[in-house]
Amino acid sequence: MSVTWRLAWRNLWRHSRRTWLTVGAMVFCNVLLIFLISLQLGSYQMMIDNSLATYSGHIQIQQRGYLEDQQMRQTVPAVARLAAGVRSVLGVETVSARGLAFALASSEQRSFGVLLNGVQPEFEPAVSTLPGLVRQGRYLAPGDRGQIVIGAVLARNLKVGLGEELTFLGSGRDGSFSAGVATVVGILESGMDEIDRSVAQVPLSWFQETFSMGDHGHSVVIRVPDLDRVPEAVQTLQGMLPAGESLEVLDWNALQPGLRQAITSDLASAWFTYVVLIVLVAFSVLNTQLMSVLERTREFGVMLSLGMRPGQLARLVGMETLLMAALGLGLGVLLGALLTQYLSAVGFAYPGMDELGAKFNMPGRMYPEVSLLSLFWGPAVVVLGALLAAIYPALRLFRLAPVEAMRAA
Amino acid sequence: MSSISCRNLCRTFHQGDEVITGLDHVDLDIEEGEFVCLSGPSGSGKTTLLNAMGGLDTPDEGEITVGKYRVDKLSKNELAEMRLHDIGFVFQAYNLIPVLSAIENVEFVMQVQGIAAADRGARARAILAEVGLQGLEDRRPGDMSGGQQQRVAVARAIVNQPALVLADEPTANLDTRSAAQFMDLFVALNRQHGITFVISTHDTRVMAYARRLIRMRDGRIVADEQQEPHGMAV
Ligand SMILES: Nc1ncnc2c1ncn2[C@@H]1O[C@H](COP(=O)(O)OP(=O)(O)OP(=O)(O)O)[C@@H](O)[C@H]1O
Ligand SMILES: [Mg+2]
Repeated sequence: MSVTWRLAWRNLWRHSRRTWLTVGAMVFCNVLLIFLISLQLGSYQMMIDNSLATYSGHIQIQQRGYLEDQQMRQTVPAVARLAAGVRSVLGVETVSARGLAFALASSEQRSFGVLLNGVQPEFEPAVSTLPGLVRQGRYLAPGDRGQIVIGAVLARNLKVGLGEELTFLGSGRDGSFSAGVATVVGILESGMDEIDRSVAQVPLSWFQETFSMGDHGHSVVIRVPDLDRVPEAVQTLQGMLPAGESLEVLDWNALQPGLRQAITSDLASAWFTYVVLIVLVAFSVLNTQLMSVLERTREFGVMLSLGMRPGQLARLVGMETLLMAALGLGLGVLLGALLTQYLSAVGFAYPGMDELGAKFNMPGRMYPEVSLLSLFWGPAVVVLGALLAAIYPALRLFRLAPVEAMRAA
Repeated sequence: MSSISCRNLCRTFHQGDEVITGLDHVDLDIEEGEFVCLSGPSGSGKTTLLNAMGGLDTPDEGEITVGKYRVDKLSKNELAEMRLHDIGFVFQAYNLIPVLSAIENVEFVMQVQGIAAADRGARARAILAEVGLQGLEDRRPGDMSGGQQQRVAVARAIVNQPALVLADEPTANLDTRSAAQFMDLFVALNRQHGITFVISTHDTRVMAYARRLIRMRDGRIVADEQQEPHGMAV
């Protein structure tokens, strides 16, 4: 180690309490930044995941073009078999087949247009949180045929209750006239108007029969254990698609364009907090280094008389700051990593978050996302801020004249 | 290279409305290898003259040449360069870096001088031995006596083999015995290495070591005498 680094290091400990206070401020700031950033990244993951968990899933297999046109004819053949295939290829149970048709629903008193959704009762709860939101009656069960679950607002609009019948009129895949009757077995309430107004789910087999779909459906919906695993799963699925069919694999970004942007747009407001934190720490460094430079005026005067240049003194101050910041970074990242690692294992909940989660059939805790980015981004900027803050004290050295500096008490 | 020539040096200081004379038309020549004492009452301009020679302070008027340098014409950076490589300074207060050991204080200056890391240790050790500090290399200034600290300061000043050493009241904080030993060291360095010494002092015992004694008053040279050195241990 060069004498200069040794000198810089020892100079730090001439006022060890002051140095520790400054390092402590950096450590605190670093831990807080690591916590906030990893929580923020984690909460984006969670919000995206929650939003996808409601209905659309992470990945869907559809007929090419169905996403844009939603034509009844753009079907996925042997949809239940394809879903079973996907289950075995990916090794997950969270795969379900769906069909979707427009129909006029009529109760004894009213009629409304609905998008009737054929689902697999045994698999749908694994890919969507909607089945868990049934507040009256029950969700569809395997073996159900003419049963239906509808949203609470739709039920109110149609003036139907549990056990009452709804008649459906629509057109089948071949354009033929279709009609069916289903009994309301469950009413679902999410608190979100858009959902409660539109949900109308029937068993897929009954749906296929009623709308002359044969074994066809419109989509296979897939959830994977983790958002990060989506690209890999998409690739696997593209490899297994039956040849000769014009099916496509769509990831959540294609299914819900703009979702990521909508969720991450609050990043900007968080930046402000981070910047304030870093500026505060930078001022603490500025104060420490300014004091340390001022009280060493005489010593610096001697060094100048010996032939050192102001630039070399400034570099010394820079090195001292760097060492101090490195200490803050090391300790901060260590503590921050321990804290976030722990929280990412046990989860973190705001007060009241558990109940909210239960109400919306969503996870009640969030899990900070620990990554190199979340660990080092904040602390690295703190180091940079500390070095910037040292510029002013260092610049003062250029104004020092050796004789005056040595005459200073 | 160490011959010094001062021509018509003037330096005034302004403190509020008061004009203080530091140097008043000083003419002085010092030859290579001389051992010179500047004496005179407090405020007579000794420090101001030494600072002018070492390029720590610029006179208002006049010319100074030190060896190859026209000191009054050099830029700040050139002055720093000159001090770093060709002039050694010893000050009244020991002026060591408190957090560095004796040897590190010497090595630090060597590092600034650009001496290769491999050469520093051995040379610093040799210089410390020469000033009589063998065995104390790893002591910090706080753990050394005033005389020992001042020796480290000398080691630091001569490590790059300057032709000229400027010492401003180097013995002011030393007891008689230490001061005598310290002056013996200067004399030895002057004899063995031919280093030119210019030393300011109030102390008649220090003046006794000089071969040339210059007396100052009110910024002027009032006497300039050759003498037979009669320092205690010479
Ligand atoms: N930076 C300065 N500002 C104002 N006055 C100064 C300054 N430096 C020196 N002086 C004045 O110039 C005069 C000469 O000072 P100088 O320090 O050269 O005297 P000196 O002979 O070294 O005295 P001493 O024996 O006390 O060290 C003194 O009156 C001093 O007060
Ligand atoms: Mg003086």
